[in-house]
Parts: sequence; structure tokens; C-alpha cells
Amino acid sequence: MAELLIQLQNVYKRFGTQQVLKGIYLDIYKGEITTIIGGSGVGKSVLLKHIIGLVEPDAGKILLNGKPIRSMNKKERGRLKSKFSYMFQGTALFDSMTVFENIALPLKEKSKKSSDEINSRVKERMQQLELVGSEEKYPSQLSGGMKKRVALARALVINPEIVLFDEPTTGLDPVKKNAVHNMILDYQRKFGFTAVVVSHEIPDIFYISQRIAMLHDGKIMVEGKPGEIQQSSDPVLQSFIHGLQNHRENVTDMASLPQVETRFKEAMIHLQRHKIAFSLIVLTLNNLDELNEKLGYVTGQVVLKKFMAKIRERISIVDTCSLYSLNKIMLVLSGTDKIQAKEFCMRLSKEIKGNELIDVQSYTGFCFSISAGFAEAKEGSPFGAVLVKAESSRNIFLEFRVC
Amino acid sequence: MNQETTKRYNPVAALGRSVIFPIQNMGSIAIFFFKGFLNIFTIPFRPEKIIQQVYFIGMKSIFVICLTGAFTGMVLGLQGYYTLSKFGSEGMLGAAVALSLIRELGPVLSAIMVIGRAGSAMAAEIGIMRISEQIDALDTMDINPIRFLVSPRLAASLICFPLLTAIFDSIGILGGYLTGSGLLGINSGVYFARVESSVAMEDLTGGFIKSLVFAVIVATICCFQGYYTHMRSEGFGAKGVSMSTTSAVVISSVLVLISDYILTSFLL
Repeated sequence: MAELLIQLQNVYKRFGTQQVLKGIYLDIYKGEITTIIGGSGVGKSVLLKHIIGLVEPDAGKILLNGKPIRSMNKKERGRLKSKFSYMFQGTALFDSMTVFENIALPLKEKSKKSSDEINSRVKERMQQLELVGSEEKYPSQLSGGMKKRVALARALVINPEIVLFDEPTTGLDPVKKNAVHNMILDYQRKFGFTAVVVSHEIPDIFYISQRIAMLHDGKIMVEGKPGEIQQSSDPVLQSFIHGLQNHRENVTDMASLPQVETRFKEAMIHLQRHKIAFSLIVLTLNNLDELNEKLGYVTGQVVLKKFMAKIRERISIVDTCSLYSLNKIMLVLSGTDKIQAKEFCMRLSKEIKGNELIDVQSYTGFCFSISAGFAEAKEGSPFGAVLVKAESSRNIFLEFRVC
Repeated sequence: MNQETTKRYNPVAALGRSVIFPIQNMGSIAIFFFKGFLNIFTIPFRPEKIIQQVYFIGMKSIFVICLTGAFTGMVLGLQGYYTLSKFGSEGMLGAAVALSLIRELGPVLSAIMVIGRAGSAMAAEIGIMRISEQIDALDTMDINPIRFLVSPRLAASLICFPLLTAIFDSIGILGGYLTGSGLLGINSGVYFARVESSVAMEDLTGGFIKSLVFAVIVATICCFQGYYTHMRSEGFGAKGVSMSTTSAVVISSVLVLISDYILTSFLL
């Protein structure tokens, strides 16, 4: 069980005549990514601002490591803030400062590091977030996606213990959204910080979060692990999740589990009625982290997207191919047994060339390292069981590289 | 809704509010000033920020100060000559121009010009930073926004206002000489001799005290208006910033004139 880090107990907040928070109870665990979901204007950002102390609650307590933040003196609060980073919804970059100055500011003002150390740390973050070459630009000269990345670089430059992300992907295209989610997950793994994310991005956030809380009508309506949330029968939660999913289905390749489940059910009906067998193949991209690191997060996602387009060219119209996690592609192939699936994957490895997937200069030894897991669906087998089977390491029937 | 309507039309409550609100506001401004002033001296000391502001408030105002100083001196020369000639004391023109400039017009007009040029910019810049959450961002980074934004402007104003006043006075005296001596024929020796004999150290000190007080008023009011843009009930966003800028200019100009009267009555 993870260690409890932040607790919100019975938090109330009113702005004028509007009661925004009506008794919030929320636990945030150390080293986890907790996502707060909810409709527009329900007070998600207000809740996040309470955690960092930008907004004081009218009633209730916010505890950090069991100690109420309100009872802390100025020095303790200062120490507390130095552990936090906050990525604002509107980026809140200093528009009269260059990108470099923006990222360097927290280090310059609050740390005792020499200017050489600050320069190298800032350059490292800029390199990781593909911002090299933009040092002297001003925020107004950057695109929305770049601004987000600068804000992320500024938030991560102090190596914080807790990072609060207020809608980090709003206004980005699907590729960049996936890139930002990858970044959050990657850095969270790398640095081990605790993250609280406010997001609308369903289903993407299910793949990066360890815990999800839904804010509705001023209260935390449901809280739990992503699987529990997706399985929840609560009608409000389900209509919220499905409403966003349907919208996203049109613009992104990312499919949610319930969505894939629907496709699976359709294939199952075909199997039962027409005895058309089908298989589920899960292609796991083993070296996405390496691609992200060497090519950058956005390019990493572009490569992945192009790879999926190449797969789609090779499957029939009744088959489906969708990204169902940050690095997993799921294929539902009708009339395919294990040998045919293997042949299909072999064909992929032979026909798709690495240089077709990448527009920019790739690095030496650039390859997609893929593990293919296979499961054949039997009549009446539940989706979950087939998926688990396809994902299990015992059923990896081929490991191949696309170079 | 009903409660609000009752509040709005309750004359006793309205009277109370109209008294309490300005007092509360004055208290907030005083606290804001003290925080800004004390933070000038906290370590780590960042002179580069003050220098930047000195450049913006002082250096960039020199042209407009010279221009207004020159024309103020010239018009004083004309008017002074016309008035003094009625008493046959045209020779006193140097003294009249120098004393009016050093004691009164130099500090006041310099302050008003700087309000228009730099004070409005201070309010607008800080106001935009407030509405675009940049001040909140500073707060989350544990950077004291008052120390970061207000203190350098306050320090720079305290440095620049007396210097700009000195420039205004000098150019004004030369302007008076230009019209008095160049156009109207007063002997240049007499003009400068009168300037020298009539201006005492107290006059200069009084002028500089005024300019320091105006520096505090202008920097505090303009920064305060920008800093609390989000608290305005009559306008949000860009409208809020425009209202803050207008209030900053109007309130600081009026306060400069009021405090000038008070200071003059004490300094005389």
C-alpha cells in the first residue's frame, strides 16, 4: 500500500453565491498519478489550487504528511511550496521573458546553484522536451504545444516531489496529447514524483493514472483504480466517460477498453452466428521509451501513428486496429489462427521499413522492437479473459523488429 | 438575491460601506508599500532588476522630461517677465523662474509626466501578469511576487524621481533664460545671479523631499492597482486591466497634487 501524502478532509469553498466544493474527501498517495476528472466548471482547478495553497478553503482541512497546511508557519509553507510544481491550464509563462529565462527562473530565484549548473539543467530539460533552438524565443512566438512543453519543463526543472497538472493537454492535437501523457508517465517513473492531474482526456488518463477521482456536484463521487472506475455501474460516471469517449473516437487512434470491448462483442456475434473465428493480437512496443528519449515525445508518437497506418493498410475492412494503451496496439482479426497471425506479423516486420515511419533524421540503430501476443477467441469467452491471455508473456508468439 | 437588494438599498449600510471601504483600501495600500519597501533590502539582493527598472522609469523618461521642462521654463519666462514688468522688477525673473521650478513645478510636473509614461505601464504590465496567472505562477514557485515585481519598481522610482526632477529644474531654468534673456532682453548675468542668490539649500531639499514622496505614491499606487486587478468588481480580464490602468493614473495624479499641498504647507 502506497504511503498517504495529501489528504483533503471535508473541504468547502464558495465564490460569491456559488458553492463550488461541498465537502471534498480525497486521498493522494505518494509516488502515484492521481487524476481528477469531471465536467467543465465543477471546480477541478479550484480543488487543485487548494492543494498548493493558492486558494484557502472556507472549511475543512488539507493535510500534507498528516500535518494541516493551514497550521504551518510562513517558513514551513515556503519549504512546502519548494516541493511542489504547478502546471497551469493556460501555461502562465512569463511573456516578457524568453523560453530559457522562463525555465531557469525557479532555479535562479530559489536555488543556490551556480549559473553554469542552472544552464546545464535547463538545457537538459529543453533537450528532453524537444525545445532546443527555442531558447531565445518569447512565449508569444511559440505554438500551443510548445508552450505546454515549456510549462512542463519549468514545472520539472526543480525536480519536484509533487507536480500538479491542470489540464496539461487541453488544446493539443491527438499526437501531441499522447506525447504529453507519455512525458508525464515517463518523468513520473524516472523521478518518482507524486502527480495530481486534472484532465478530460478519457480514455488516455486511464493508462497513465494509478488512481482516479470523479468530481461531481462539489463532491468526489467516485474514487478508485482505473479498472474499478471503468467497471463502475454509476450512470453519471458512465455517461460522462462514454460522452467523452465518443467524441474522442473521431479524432484519435486511442480506444478505451469499453470501446474495444464493443468491437469484441460485434466480432463475437459474428463468431456465434456465422462461425467466423477471430483472434486478438496485442502488439507491445517495447522500446517506446527509447524512441521518446532519442527522437522526442512528439516524433515518437508520429512514428507510432504511422506504424498503425501501415498496419491498417494490411488488414481487411472488418478488422480493427487501435491503440489501447500508450504502447500497445490491439488488433481484432477475423478468420485468423495462430499461424496466420504469425505470418501476418512476419509480413509486417518484412514489409514495413523504419525509414518510412520517420520524417526526421533517425539515430543509428533505430528500430521498433515489438512483442506480439496472441489469443484466439472461443465462443462465449469474455473479452477480459481473451485480452489477459493475449497480453500474458506465455502467449507472446513472436518478437520482431521493424528497422 | 433578496439579501443583496436589501443590502444595496439600506442607506445606513451603504454609508458604512462607503466609509469602511476607503479606510480598508488605504490600509491595504500602506501594507503593500511596506512589504514592497522592506523587500528591497532582503537577500539575495538583485541589483540587475532595479537597474532594468531605472532604465525603464528613468532613462526612457529623460526625453519627455527635457521637453516638458524646457517649455515650462520658457512659458514661465514669458509670463514672469509680463508680470514682473508691471512692478518694474524684470531683473527678478531668474529668481521667479528658479524658485517656482525647484520648489513646485519641477517635482510635480516630473511626477505627472512619469505617471503618464511609466506608471500606466507598471499598472498594465502587472495587471496582465495577474489575469494571465503569472503572479499565481510566481506564488507556486515560492517566489514572493511583491519582492519580484513591486520592490524593484519602488526602488527604481526612489532613485529616478529626484534625478528626473533635477533634470527638469535645470532644463527649465535654461528655458526661462532662453525667453527672458534671448527674446526679452534681460541681461544674462543678472538672470543667473538672481538664480544663484535666491535659491537656498532648503528649496532644493524641499523639492527633493517632494519628489521622493511622489516616487513612493506613484510606484505604490500603480503597482497596487495592477496587482489587485482581479479583485475589481466592475470589470474582469482586459477590461479590468484597462480600468486598473486608468485608476492608477487618475488616483496617483490626484494624490500627487494633494500631497504636494500638504508637503508645501509643512515645508514652508
